[in-house]
Amino acid sequence: MGAAHAQERAGRARLPRVDRPLLVRLLVIAGLLAITLFLFPATLGADWINTFTSVAIYSVVAAGLVVLYGRVGMISLGQIAILAIGTWIATRLSFATDLPFPVLLLVTGAITCVIGVLIGLPALRLSGLYLALITLMAAGAVNVVLAQIQFPNGGGGFTARTDNPSLSGLKAVPRPSAATGDNAYYRYTVIVCGLMFLLAVIHFASKPGRAWAAIRESEPAALAAGVNLTLYKLWAFALASFMTGVAGCLLAAQVGTPNTYSFPTQDSLSLIATALIGGIFTLWGAIVAGVFMQLLPFLFQAQWTVNPNFLLVVFGAGLLQVLLSAPGGLIDQFPKDMANLGRLIARKVPVTRQAALGIGSILALIIGIVLLVTVKDSPLIGIVVVLLSPILATLSQD
Amino acid sequence: MIEVKGLTVRFSGVTPIDDMSVTFPGGACGLIGPNGAGKTTFFNVLSGFVKPAGGSIQAFGEDLLKLVDFRRARWGLRRTFQTEQAIEQLSVFDNVAMIHEHSGAGRSERNEAVLTAIDFVGLEADPRAKVGGLGARERRLVEVARAVVGKPRVVLLDEPAAGLPDEETRHLSEVIQRIPQHFGALVILVDHDMSLVSACCATTAVLDFGKLIASGPTAEVLRDESVINAYLGTEEEL
Repeated sequence: MGAAHAQERAGRARLPRVDRPLLVRLLVIAGLLAITLFLFPATLGADWINTFTSVAIYSVVAAGLVVLYGRVGMISLGQIAILAIGTWIATRLSFATDLPFPVLLLVTGAITCVIGVLIGLPALRLSGLYLALITLMAAGAVNVVLAQIQFPNGGGGFTARTDNPSLSGLKAVPRPSAATGDNAYYRYTVIVCGLMFLLAVIHFASKPGRAWAAIRESEPAALAAGVNLTLYKLWAFALASFMTGVAGCLLAAQVGTPNTYSFPTQDSLSLIATALIGGIFTLWGAIVAGVFMQLLPFLFQAQWTVNPNFLLVVFGAGLLQVLLSAPGGLIDQFPKDMANLGRLIARKVPVTRQAALGIGSILALIIGIVLLVTVKDSPLIGIVVVLLSPILATLSQD
Repeated sequence: MIEVKGLTVRFSGVTPIDDMSVTFPGGACGLIGPNGAGKTTFFNVLSGFVKPAGGSIQAFGEDLLKLVDFRRARWGLRRTFQTEQAIEQLSVFDNVAMIHEHSGAGRSERNEAVLTAIDFVGLEADPRAKVGGLGARERRLVEVARAVVGKPRVVLLDEPAAGLPDEETRHLSEVIQRIPQHFGALVILVDHDMSLVSACCATTAVLDFGKLIASGPTAEVLRDESVINAYLGTEEEL
């Protein structure tokens, strides 16, 4: 190798630490954090703030799916059950001990992590449909067990169990002393959830993240590259479960007296549907999933007085739309479609048939939702428009 | 040096490798044979994906078959696959760094080793560029860089030139020829392009229906009558 070559290499060896796209991204994140931390509590009412607390918590649960499916390619339909386990552990620990809240968060995360790894063990042998079924059944089993234990039902001590349940005497999981009010607890939750996202980002950008990407691409190739498949698959389950456990602890203190009925098994299905719609390959998609899981039902029910079960139709159509035309999810496709729409309106470039149908597909979804909440007497109109979305997406493919 | 003795692989009723005994002395060695001859199966035995029914493989005095599959990379075994395995989600740098991280080498040497490997294969693309956005030629070079980064002892290349135009095959040929000297690794090259095998490999072994039918200096092997018969109809390529 010549001197010029060596010099060029030395030049390249100094990769700049922070490049411009990263800087822009950091600024966007800082801006969004500022809005969520300060603007929302200052302008919105308590019910909205409570909803946004839930959005943050469910975003972390969805981020667990981003780790499992988006990065490693392992499907889990039991994440809401893991959340329930986290909530249950946090409640019991907080009844039985005087741990300070940050310690409670960590201990809950750690115990949930161990349980999550155990639930993840089948993933070492199974994949695809079989893993999906196993995790779904595990979720169902967790629910049955939690319902059977009847905890908490008003008793005292570690078991917190009594044969004469009285909901009036039910103790509430205390919030951190620095954040007892709704606004303060909302800020606390957003910060803890932000730390969980940071934990995931650090993983993605380092050795485990690269090993996960290798496993996702091809297991034989990862094995030939020296990746210990067992270790890294379980590590992914450990990380996802830790994050979900921490989210469960936040949820326990948000509601005070958690109830097993808040964790229906079908929510695990809604979670993966919304994560796929939002974009399961990035953590941004997890935030979209949190919004879909918590904000939309709140808007439908409390704000617009529409039956939130219509959302299942929207999720179904949205899922189909995304699977057909935008595997990267809304977070990837929506900006592209809006840019295409802008070009169409500005008549800058001739828009192709495909792009036009893609835009139409997204618009059908949005207009359908608008019709669902405005024309309340005949929801069929909105549903029909929503269902146009996947049809247009199919047409845009060929 | 890799010494294979009496290697036999059986899949329910089929014997893709039948009592194969051969020595790969060092440098770059060719492994050729018609489709289905057992070349990739042999690589899969070396990688640990396939457990042989019998035989032994001594690599630099060590019993390779005793090592757990994922530990073989740490020992110094690298390979490419017939199908592309570069990871689209990751950047060029991360693709190569990922291999280095599991090779047992120290973290402090990583960045330099990765950039050296990228330079070695003559890849001009920005190391920060995502592999998903690269062309076929560049992806192939990323795969070769992954196979040589750090301190490889044995590099298995499974049809690295398949589908590449002549110009790019020539570049790849130069890269492969430099591997033994630059990294001190033994290269086993599987390819159907006889001019590539002749250019790169001093010695070549020939498999046909799982049996070794010839091995020795490449030029002699390619003149061997049984080899020409095995490749019947493709003599002009030799």
